[in-house]
Amino acid sequence: MKSAKKQRSSKKFFTYLILIIGLVAVVLPFWYMIVTSLKPQSYIFEIPPRLWPSEVTLDNYKAALSKNTFGIYFLNSLFVAVTSTSLTVLISSMLAYVFARMQFRGKEFIFSVFLIGMVIPPVMLIIPQFIITKQIGLFDSLAGLITVYISMNLSTQTYLLRNFFEDFPRDMEEAALIDGASQWTIFTRLILPLSKPGLSVVTIFTFLYSWDEFPWAHVAIKETSKRTLPIAIALFQTQHLTEWGQVFAASLIALVPVVIVYLIFQRYFVQGISTTGMKG
Amino acid sequence: MMNQKTRNTLFTILFLLPGLLLFTTFILGPMLYSFRISFFDWNIVHPDQSVWVGLDNYVNILKNNIFQRAVLNTLAYGFITVPGQMILGLIVALLLNQDIRGKSFFRLMYYLPVITSWVIVSLLFEYMFSGQAGMVNYLLRDIFHIIPKNILWLADPVLTFVPIDLLGIWKGVGWTAVIFLAGLQAIPGQVYEAAEVDGANFWQEFRYITLPLLKPTTIYLLVVLTIGAMNAYISNLLITNGGDPLDLTHFVLTLMYEATFSRMDFGTGAAISYLLTFFVFIVSVLQIRLLKKRVEY
Repeated sequence: MKSAKKQRSSKKFFTYLILIIGLVAVVLPFWYMIVTSLKPQSYIFEIPPRLWPSEVTLDNYKAALSKNTFGIYFLNSLFVAVTSTSLTVLISSMLAYVFARMQFRGKEFIFSVFLIGMVIPPVMLIIPQFIITKQIGLFDSLAGLITVYISMNLSTQTYLLRNFFEDFPRDMEEAALIDGASQWTIFTRLILPLSKPGLSVVTIFTFLYSWDEFPWAHVAIKETSKRTLPIAIALFQTQHLTEWGQVFAASLIALVPVVIVYLIFQRYFVQGISTTGMKG
Repeated sequence: MMNQKTRNTLFTILFLLPGLLLFTTFILGPMLYSFRISFFDWNIVHPDQSVWVGLDNYVNILKNNIFQRAVLNTLAYGFITVPGQMILGLIVALLLNQDIRGKSFFRLMYYLPVITSWVIVSLLFEYMFSGQAGMVNYLLRDIFHIIPKNILWLADPVLTFVPIDLLGIWKGVGWTAVIFLAGLQAIPGQVYEAAEVDGANFWQEFRYITLPLLKPTTIYLLVVLTIGAMNAYISNLLITNGGDPLDLTHFVLTLMYEATFSRMDFGTGAAISYLLTFFVFIVSVLQIRLLKKRVEY
């Protein structure tokens, strides 16, 4: 009895030990980024490099924030990410509801064509997307980013939500239908409020995607004032090769919104992933 | 007053329309368009004057040395980062699937690299691996005494993949762990209780219960991570500045971008992206087939 207890506590010990070693490996680069962002420029290439700044300054943050362009890039990113995310949540839940609950001819065929969007590498699309957005006048505009971001996420998120909706018991809907409720009422009053875990997964993924997306924005945005943060940070670094303090100060500020979104929605996260059938 | 059936039809159409319109315009249409472009010496200004070249774009790029090197680099990246992420992710998931304190704290911290943009973490790794004042050289040389002198990671066509591949693993473990965790939580606890009654040890439980029951999760992760690895792009672009030194360090995708948007050779770019897609498709099908087969005993 005693040895079993001992065994269990040593198992606990190793669990924590490994988790903490992993934690150090995960956090150390972030720590280094924070420390660097707090160093004066003259210490950026100090030898030996320090994991604890010898002199702390907020100059890098002030410099990054005082550039009025940074504010614009931040707002661009926020606008693009919030709009893409809300529209993706809306459009993919509409699609998912129709695929899960309505009967119409060719439904499964349309759905399987639609799933192509889950498996094709996004790169294959960039060249024609470039040509098409040019033709319909969305090139070099935030709207061009948003429409493409929604499209890129639509297949996966619809697939997730369809699985999620299909798990709901139909009793309540049938009762509501008998009471004369329309499909619209059932969708907005019954299905959506019950779908918080599923919608949270969609929100986290789409927000992260549109906040961080680089390749398409890199191709589609030419005008300086329309850049999003990933583009702005990458270009700033190539233009100011040595100003790592400012690069990381800007990066850390850019990290705040995704952490907030993740913290808000994460309590549904693992639950949402297992019920949306994303594990395959 | 419309009858029920008409109302339902109208509802279906209205709900399908925005999504299908976007899908057709920005996914399905481009997919077919790109296929067409890959057979032309594409003229961007006057697409109607493009010259049909048949399979030339494909043949030329397959014979190209820089492309072959890029394929090797990309494959090596996949062989290193996919198993790396899966093994570490599984370990983290198994550890977090116990009754321990601070579970959600660990989960949040391990997820931090996942939610940080590729641009930021790529620049961070570039800085950490820089030759003279980089943290990694300092740790290896002065603290652990593993290397006698500084290594110029980013100037060497092979060593430059150390930061790129490490970054690929480091950034992906959190996500892999969360997916494994969801898979683990779907395994009913009674299975383990029964095994414990029969006297199974930890390793036997893992080998004969956890792994087989995680098979769908494992297949899903293997396929998705492989697709991700073959499509890696940002870390390579920023850390190697697009192929430095001497175009030896490209990934397939950085090469595709260079062909398309630096040299404006859309035909070649489209051919590269179709080759990549085709390859990824074959690999995914093989992975699913092979793994599915092994379960049927």
